[in-house]
Amino acid sequence: MFYRESGDFKTSYAADQQTFPIRFDRIVVALILVCAFLVVPFFINDYWEKSILLPFLVWSLAALGLNILTGYCGQVSLGTGGFMAVGAYACYKLTTGFPDLNIIFVILLSGGITALVGIIFGLPSLRIKGFYLAVATLASQFFLVWLFNKVPWFYNYSASGQITMPERSVFGTAVTGSAATPSATYLFSLLFVVVFAFIARNLTRGRLGRSWMAIRDMDIAAEIIGVPPLQAKLSAFAVSSFYIGLSGALFFGVYLGAVEPTEAFGIDKSFLVLFMIIIGGLGSIFGSFVGAAFMVLLPVLFKNIMVGGFGWPTDMVQHFIFMLVGGLIMFFLIVEPHGLAQLWRVTKEKLRLWPFPH
Amino acid sequence: MKLKTLTAASLAATMALGAGAVSADLTFPSLSYRTGPYAPNGIPFADGYADYFTLLNERDGGIGGEKINFIECETGYNTEKGVECYESTKGQGALVYQPLSTGITYQLIPKATADDIPVHSMGYGRTSAANGKVFSHIFNYPGTYWDAASIIVKHILDQEDGDINGKTIALVYHNSAYGKEPIRTLEELAKKHGFNLTLLAVDHPGQEQKSQWLQIRRERPDYVLMWGWGVMNQVAVQEAANIRFPMDHFIGVWWSASENDVLPTGDGSNGYKAINFHGVGKDFPLYDDLQKHVVDTGKAAGDGSNLGTVLYNRGIYAAMLASEAARTAQEIHGVSNITSAQMRDGMEALKIDQARMAEIGLPNFGPDINVSCDSHGGPGQAAIMQWDAGAKSWSLITDYTGADREVVDALIMEDSAAYATENNITPRSCG
Repeated sequence: MFYRESGDFKTSYAADQQTFPIRFDRIVVALILVCAFLVVPFFINDYWEKSILLPFLVWSLAALGLNILTGYCGQVSLGTGGFMAVGAYACYKLTTGFPDLNIIFVILLSGGITALVGIIFGLPSLRIKGFYLAVATLASQFFLVWLFNKVPWFYNYSASGQITMPERSVFGTAVTGSAATPSATYLFSLLFVVVFAFIARNLTRGRLGRSWMAIRDMDIAAEIIGVPPLQAKLSAFAVSSFYIGLSGALFFGVYLGAVEPTEAFGIDKSFLVLFMIIIGGLGSIFGSFVGAAFMVLLPVLFKNIMVGGFGWPTDMVQHFIFMLVGGLIMFFLIVEPHGLAQLWRVTKEKLRLWPFPH
Repeated sequence: MKLKTLTAASLAATMALGAGAVSADLTFPSLSYRTGPYAPNGIPFADGYADYFTLLNERDGGIGGEKINFIECETGYNTEKGVECYESTKGQGALVYQPLSTGITYQLIPKATADDIPVHSMGYGRTSAANGKVFSHIFNYPGTYWDAASIIVKHILDQEDGDINGKTIALVYHNSAYGKEPIRTLEELAKKHGFNLTLLAVDHPGQEQKSQWLQIRRERPDYVLMWGWGVMNQVAVQEAANIRFPMDHFIGVWWSASENDVLPTGDGSNGYKAINFHGVGKDFPLYDDLQKHVVDTGKAAGDGSNLGTVLYNRGIYAAMLASEAARTAQEIHGVSNITSAQMRDGMEALKIDQARMAEIGLPNFGPDINVSCDSHGGPGQAAIMQWDAGAKSWSLITDYTGADREVVDALIMEDSAAYATENNITPRSCG
């Protein structure tokens, strides 16, 4: 009734191959986008920007990136935090080195630089896989954070090793720094997330995405049918790192404004993103968003309910949140091992048959 | 569908809860951390900070007749949570932020300045914020890390009869903005006094320091300084005791010396030194009031066992400086219900002499405080204290002394000027 393709006739190849082939999907996505672009900016305040929407957008982008690598190409990575750091430091060096360069290009270039770094650290994937690759990428995590701590050039020789984002604007509106309004930073990040989520969705449906999935499902078979593992794996590393670099640049430039590598890009961040895609659903664009929402927004929601609503002591609430979020992660993984995205897929299947299930 | 409704409902719930009402009271938020690897140090400070405000409410009915609205928010020493705490409490009319974290302070410097809310990073944060001409809303009186580094080196000079040429001083530091702060000053001082500086970074959270202390054991530096926090402190003191490093040659910054840091090592920690900018123990009249109005009535933030410990005292001191600044602001502006902008003026005009300290119930608790428009770093004086493992107590072994202003002030000017150009700030003129 709600969700079906009957009666929705495609008369051209273009219509048949569009990003969202089912009409209901198109309507829902359009509604969400209209709401996100035209309604939210008028109601957003500092709290919603800094505590809820920006973290969600930034982490969604990081989860998208890791999902391309791990979910679509099957290469486990624990280097996400390190790659985000590359994006952040590239963003910092580019903005301070070229003050006239527009921030949009700075962020895109930061993604590009991270992609190059990602390719270098992706080279071991040609020989090793699974847990061994995870360990190799873990090395990149520690190496990159160590590098940004060790070499003062990366933080412009500042006394504390902290990097701070100067103010930059797009079309005269500040999007970084303290003068940026919540709606400006939100729209700026949203634009990146929407554009690159759309690109990711189409990448994964195309030739490149299919070669990634072939490698993921069985690399030897893929090689036999003519998928070059070198190109497939390294392109996955490049695209994934590009996304993660973007998210690192936004995380530093737009969301926080000042970071230090050890705390902001530690190993816990790599695990956070990995958990996001596992809970959200491996190999699913929608899952990346749900996973990011789950891991980032749930603790904030619980905190607001328990401290703001019930007035419980803050330390008890913090411990309670640990247990609650941990319990929920286990619950969802037991109920649906393929993540929340699979839950949504099942729901869609049910909706298609409703009201006459067989 | 179900999921979306759920998300929508939960977001709606957040919206309802996220927005707090603006209250008429004087609001003092406390960004505390009672969980995580830094909790052993975060808890006593948060307790002291809370108890002093509770005392003012219970005994005096607030500050200048205005009740104090005290809100606590858990940061876990984590920057992102700190930002969340800042955003969620600032709407309630917060007067001043004391995040007790250098990382969070760095976050708040531009944000709070734009929101016209002062930040008091008492003895932490960005040292060059002492230059009030550039950092209009950031205060770090009564002292900065660079003052601390300089005063410690002065103490070493005293110990070595004024000559430390060719000696080696090692710095064991938390590998973060906090731990890196003193390096630049120590490098300058090394040039000036001719000592060698060895830098040993310890990564968060600091439980693993074997290799650093092995290096110390091998190289045998004459002195070891420590910029540590949380579990890192106790591990370092234990490691120093393990390699039998002479404890009176091991000197911590003011954040690396609480009872929690030395007690686990037992007798091995005897003689460990640290710098401090306020008094130790609970031998002050204020503590009788605290016992009577707060602890005995069951309103204490903790279980009351922390009274008189170093970090509890520091929490008290932080709250006292905040409430005195609020009082000053009330006098300047002639209103009792001050705003955060007026609070800033109060902090900038803050003057506390020994007579006022005695009135508060903390005679000789710290040096005179004198903040001005161009100097937000206060007197920059501190004393060295030493741990007596037998008596389980700290005692101040020197008087409050000042830093090598020549070195420190030049560095502050240089760093704040760099910040000003990077962020297009025109320094204010201080008439």
